[in-house]
Amino acid sequence: MQTLVPETDVVKRIVAERRGRPGPLLEILHAIQGELGYIPGGAVPVVAQGLNLSRAEVHGVVTFYHYFRRSRPGTHTVQICRAESCQSMGAEALAEHARARLGIDFHETTANGRFSLEPIYCLGNCACSPAVMIDGQLHGRVTPERFDALIAAGEKAK
Amino acid sequence: MTTIVYVPGDAGALSLGAGEVAAAILAEAKRRGADVTVVRNGSRGAYWLEPLVEVVTAAGRVAYGPVSAADVPALFAADFLRGGVHPKAHGVTDSIPWLQGQQRLTFERVGVIDPTSVADYVKHGGYRGLTRALSMSGADIVQAITTSGLRGRGGAAFPTGIKWKTVLDQRTAQKYVTCNADEGDSGTFADRMLMEGDPLSLIEGMTIAGIAVGATQGYIYLRVEYPHALRTLQAAIAAATQAGYLGADVAGSGKRFDLEVRVGAGAYICGEETSMLESLEGKRGEIRVRPPLPAIKGLFGQPTIVNNVITLGSVPWILDHGADAYANFGTGKSRGTLPIQLAGNIRRGGLIERAFGLTLRELLYDYGGGTATGKPIRTVQVGGPLGAYIPASQFDTAVDYEALSGIGALLGHGGIVVFDDSVDMARMARYAMEFCAIESCGKCTPCRIGSTRGVEVIERIIQGIDAERNVQLLEELCDLMVQGSLCGLGGMAPFPVQSALKYFREDFRARPR
Repeated sequence: MQTLVPETDVVKRIVAERRGRPGPLLEILHAIQGELGYIPGGAVPVVAQGLNLSRAEVHGVVTFYHYFRRSRPGTHTVQICRAESCQSMGAEALAEHARARLGIDFHETTANGRFSLEPIYCLGNCACSPAVMIDGQLHGRVTPERFDALIAAGEKAK
Repeated sequence: MTTIVYVPGDAGALSLGAGEVAAAILAEAKRRGADVTVVRNGSRGAYWLEPLVEVVTAAGRVAYGPVSAADVPALFAADFLRGGVHPKAHGVTDSIPWLQGQQRLTFERVGVIDPTSVADYVKHGGYRGLTRALSMSGADIVQAITTSGLRGRGGAAFPTGIKWKTVLDQRTAQKYVTCNADEGDSGTFADRMLMEGDPLSLIEGMTIAGIAVGATQGYIYLRVEYPHALRTLQAAIAAATQAGYLGADVAGSGKRFDLEVRVGAGAYICGEETSMLESLEGKRGEIRVRPPLPAIKGLFGQPTIVNNVITLGSVPWILDHGADAYANFGTGKSRGTLPIQLAGNIRRGGLIERAFGLTLRELLYDYGGGTATGKPIRTVQVGGPLGAYIPASQFDTAVDYEALSGIGALLGHGGIVVFDDSVDMARMARYAMEFCAIESCGKCTPCRIGSTRGVEVIERIIQGIDAERNVQLLEELCDLMVQGSLCGLGGMAPFPVQSALKYFREDFRARPR
């Protein structure tokens, strides 16, 4: 059985490992989100103390960047590109379809904790629009049918 | 003897199933007892043919595409390992007309080589530019870049040589070379393709920049949306370090250059150079007021080169072939080549590297073949979310910095997004303001508040509420944002709105509800 390490210990370790690097705050936040899936509110004072910053400064950085999240994500994170290139190939209809299929709006997580739906502004796959990224895997020319197949795979997978 | 088969590991090709294709080829080869080595190259940029599989034959590399995993048994049955005939065969890759007419300098190795193999890179002309640079003085390297006419490919088009000279002239112990790989413009993917397909050219370009101006540390600021590029860059940096091209003694010269990748966190504004520097320092990506210029006071307050991926990736070619050879391409003040990205609703989308001067019409119809949906092209947006919408009546405009600014548009990072006649330009205008509102760093009021007011005003126009008066209000708001914003985000977000109003006024009239 996996030993549960308290979140604060994880944050303290990450800060200790990286505090000596030049301009380390973003790297530290990336590492925390990488391990815990999000930046818990309790991490902010720990990071602030470790870097000799105010809590406001750390909070300000966490909230400035769209990528950092302050709540636990679903098992799978579904990002739908909403930028111009994907719009020209039906991304708005795809977004509508995704909302209906998952029963949630953007920035929400399904009640069973399976999927989080996030908007994204360009995945750099603009010659294969519309694009979707699921757990870091990129998908191009995504039709509503293909989207449903990807979600069905996510429902089965652990 | 083993047959070499190339299956792209490029994110775009993977998004269309290249991973499954590679696995299917290996499985089928095993089943048939065929000796096959699969190499994961970058993409040739012909995304309408991806996944594009290439087989090395006596006649050269023969292309098949778009290949799905289901096609693989039939390809083996057609003896594709010896270039056999198949409905998806395109003959020798280099003679595919779409590719053959291109002038690939910066992208000469992309899709051709194994991206993280230093040996393959050197075999294809890699590190000749650095070798040349190491025999030159810093001032001479900078002069070569100036003579080449290279301008910043990220969008601002500032002469690269002048920027480098400013950093060279600073007398400080620590200088930095930073690469802006925060490619956030919709319709652009050239940076991603280069980083995934030939990352060593970027690494070599940054090393040359460091040697030229006396900087020992480089940072690549990469957007978090590019996890594939991150993995490739890290593998390439490790390989270059292992081979002695990075670190304390670059290629035996006794000169130091270290390089690392820093990952952004989903903020479009960090593509603005001073905002990127703030972010690299671990802060909120709020823009800095200039002066001082980053070349004088940049990262951690030290003189810093900030260049885009394509700018730096073009440097090795210039040093290797000479500044004049590069300047011989292009037209007017737009020298060299431009990797153009054809995106959105287009039949044959992808990357086209050609000397400056091609017209939009040639790109959209000769290369692009019209829209993917088969409907007429109504408009294209050039230069990302801050670029103007261009109507079909102006498609004879050349794609270079001066010609586009002459019609009130901008080239930006060279992305062209195509829309068919179903596009609603009032909605696209609303989106431009919405995007600015989402991505504004908040430092200045015209951008922070203006964009939100812009969304509201356009929404009222779409709803048919007092359309005429609200259009006038919108025009005034655009003027204010252009004149009053601190940086290009708020200052240029009105461009798509103004162009939509100018060329597609009918979409802003009171409409039936």
